[in-house]
Amino acid sequence: MSAGQQYHSLKITGGTLFDGQGDERPNPGLLIREGRIEAIGPAARAAVADQEFDASGCVVAPGFIDLCCNLREPGNGQKGNIASETRAAAHGGFTTVCASPETSPVNDSGAVAHLIRDEAQSRGVVRVLPVGALTRGLEGELLSDMAGLKNAGCAALSNGSRGVRNARVLRRCMAYAQTFGLTVMFSPENQALAAEGYAHDGQVATRLGLLGIPEVAETAAVMEMLLLAEDTGVRLHLSQLSAGRSVEMVAEARARGIRVTADVAMHQLCFTEAALAGFDSRFHVRPPLRSEADRQALVAGVRNGVIDAIVSQHQPHDSAAKQAPLPATEPGLSSIESVLSLGLELVAEGELTRTQLLGALTTGPASVLGLSARLAEGEAADLCLFEPAQRWQPSARTLVSAGLHAPVLNRELPGRVRLTLVAGQTAWAQPL
Amino acid sequence: MTAIDPFPPHLQLTRDGQLRHFLTLDGLDRELLTAILDTADSFIVVGERRIKNVPLLRGRTVVNLFFESSTRTRSTFELAAKRLSADVLNLDINTSATSKGESLSDTLLNLEAMASDMFVVRHSQSGAPHFIAQSVTPGVAIINAGDGRHAHPTQAMLDMLTIRQHKGGFEGLRVAIVGDVLHSRVARSQIRALNVLGAEEVRVIAPGTLLPRDIEALGCTVEYDMARGMKDLDVVIMLRLQKERMQGALLPSEREFYRLYGLNQDKLAWAKPDCIVMHPGPINRGVEIESAVADGPQSVILNQVTNGIAIRMAVMSMAMGGQVAERQQKQNDSEGVRT
Repeated sequence: MSAGQQYHSLKITGGTLFDGQGDERPNPGLLIREGRIEAIGPAARAAVADQEFDASGCVVAPGFIDLCCNLREPGNGQKGNIASETRAAAHGGFTTVCASPETSPVNDSGAVAHLIRDEAQSRGVVRVLPVGALTRGLEGELLSDMAGLKNAGCAALSNGSRGVRNARVLRRCMAYAQTFGLTVMFSPENQALAAEGYAHDGQVATRLGLLGIPEVAETAAVMEMLLLAEDTGVRLHLSQLSAGRSVEMVAEARARGIRVTADVAMHQLCFTEAALAGFDSRFHVRPPLRSEADRQALVAGVRNGVIDAIVSQHQPHDSAAKQAPLPATEPGLSSIESVLSLGLELVAEGELTRTQLLGALTTGPASVLGLSARLAEGEAADLCLFEPAQRWQPSARTLVSAGLHAPVLNRELPGRVRLTLVAGQTAWAQPL
Repeated sequence: MTAIDPFPPHLQLTRDGQLRHFLTLDGLDRELLTAILDTADSFIVVGERRIKNVPLLRGRTVVNLFFESSTRTRSTFELAAKRLSADVLNLDINTSATSKGESLSDTLLNLEAMASDMFVVRHSQSGAPHFIAQSVTPGVAIINAGDGRHAHPTQAMLDMLTIRQHKGGFEGLRVAIVGDVLHSRVARSQIRALNVLGAEEVRVIAPGTLLPRDIEALGCTVEYDMARGMKDLDVVIMLRLQKERMQGALLPSEREFYRLYGLNQDKLAWAKPDCIVMHPGPINRGVEIESAVADGPQSVILNQVTNGIAIRMAVMSMAMGGQVAERQQKQNDSEGVRT
């Protein structure tokens, strides 16, 4: 099977099936015809198809949905582009990615959103949902063309990784977004408190003399956002939480009836500030990796459903962006191809169940976007098929992304994606 | 928690535990730190001779790579290299390549082309010497002459040498570091050195705004009050207070800082009578220290400067020795493979 191949019909047998509801079960047989799931169960098994895939040893799951991915196009071609990064997404089992508005120009108008969608249509291999900028140029001062962004197909609005300094502007953004039923995705960071920092304000930053971002830079912004969401009635999604205290605040807000959802980046579930020891600039990420207690609280948040989705927060870079003393490097990991494997390690360590992991990669993010991510008869055949026991080592040879700064490079990880289908079309197939 | 990739565990040590770079005191044990002090002691004798040079680095090129200006540190490194008979090249990168937009990596490639044997690096960004040590070709030794807020290991070691000269050792010593610990690479290295060498107690004395988060984890106690902090002290180390700290809402005024934390004779009287007074320099008289104390009988500030040359000679010769030994080892290994 090669990328781009469209089957008239494909039958998947063997292995287990996670259809988005309940637990995994033995795969009863899945028949895909003309881009849709035609049958699941005995009818699928009995059907005659052009092609059959033996999924023994594999898990068949809905295609993963990423709420935060940087495709770097338009404007940052040296770091990656829609073709390279959607291929990386498919390699990681993702069939839908939300494209961050932090492009150049910023995605703050219908024209840019159209450009992204057109490019994704012609050169992308997975579904790309542009996320519009919350403010013009992401500068936190003027409203973006929200109605135009919505008409151009933007899935939501976001501040990218830049805080908004002015609460009055923020309140107006929310009230205006609410007019159009747009969800506001916000990565919470109080700019004045984060200041010049780039590492968690804790023991490791103190020992290494790194400038800290205190936890309160996040929690103060979370509190402000929750109160503003309550005030304006907007649907709020908090992106990339890093502090354990934030998870508690989201749970409390939900109990009060505030419409809020949340996500966390996979690397926040796996690593802590300790990863910076030795000044490893790969782990310069924003928000920063925090303490072990924070990490555990974030994992618990995924376990108990306070955190709806796990995201890649994929940020491909050219090597120069990471080849400098840590404070001078750009934040972000090339992560989308490692999300599943890192998640399976959490499962192996008993921190998450596989159902919790897969839920946070499929139905969780789908519900944030108001989409369906179920494998059911009549649904689009967006699915991924991975083999948990197959091991691989991320490296320049095995990674598809233009960014080579993956979170794990020098050791093997469990779990490889064998096949990714988007509307029945092969977006990624592992060479046999 | 997911395992982190194996990172070079001993970036600054050879396989058999010799120094090959000098980046931080983290990871160096008491034996090695004592060896540095002992080697420096032997060079102090050299400094007292009429002909002060020894041929340990003859034919070697040492490049002083200062991305941040510093007169004193650079001149003591230069003098140390010259006394070891090395050729010395001083590069003030502040005003050359990087201001033209050249990246640090590119600057390094150019310097390596000049066949240097050692870079002495001062940089405003924490971790820059680590980055350079990982980027340069094997065989080139990197000496950290101060990086951001991270470390200033030669300064800390010359301070240790000064303490050992005056106190005979570290057992039972109570040492306080006073002032702007937050911005101080010197304080971080001193706390580490004092812990490794076995001081009884290390205190930091400062207002909350000048202390980094979780500083206790480095191995010190925190004291906000000078009267309590000075009690029973054997050594007090004053840190320089930069004038711009008033701007960032860290302190209300120099006057208030001096009143609360500035070392004068009255406050020094709270310490043990034989308490020595140290300062990494340059001194702000009347801000963190009174002239009468800085120039007084308990002050050892000028000894620190003299010791600086000996410590830098020790570290440079030991790192070069480690590099040579490592090269020899590798050569033996490859010959072993061939036979």
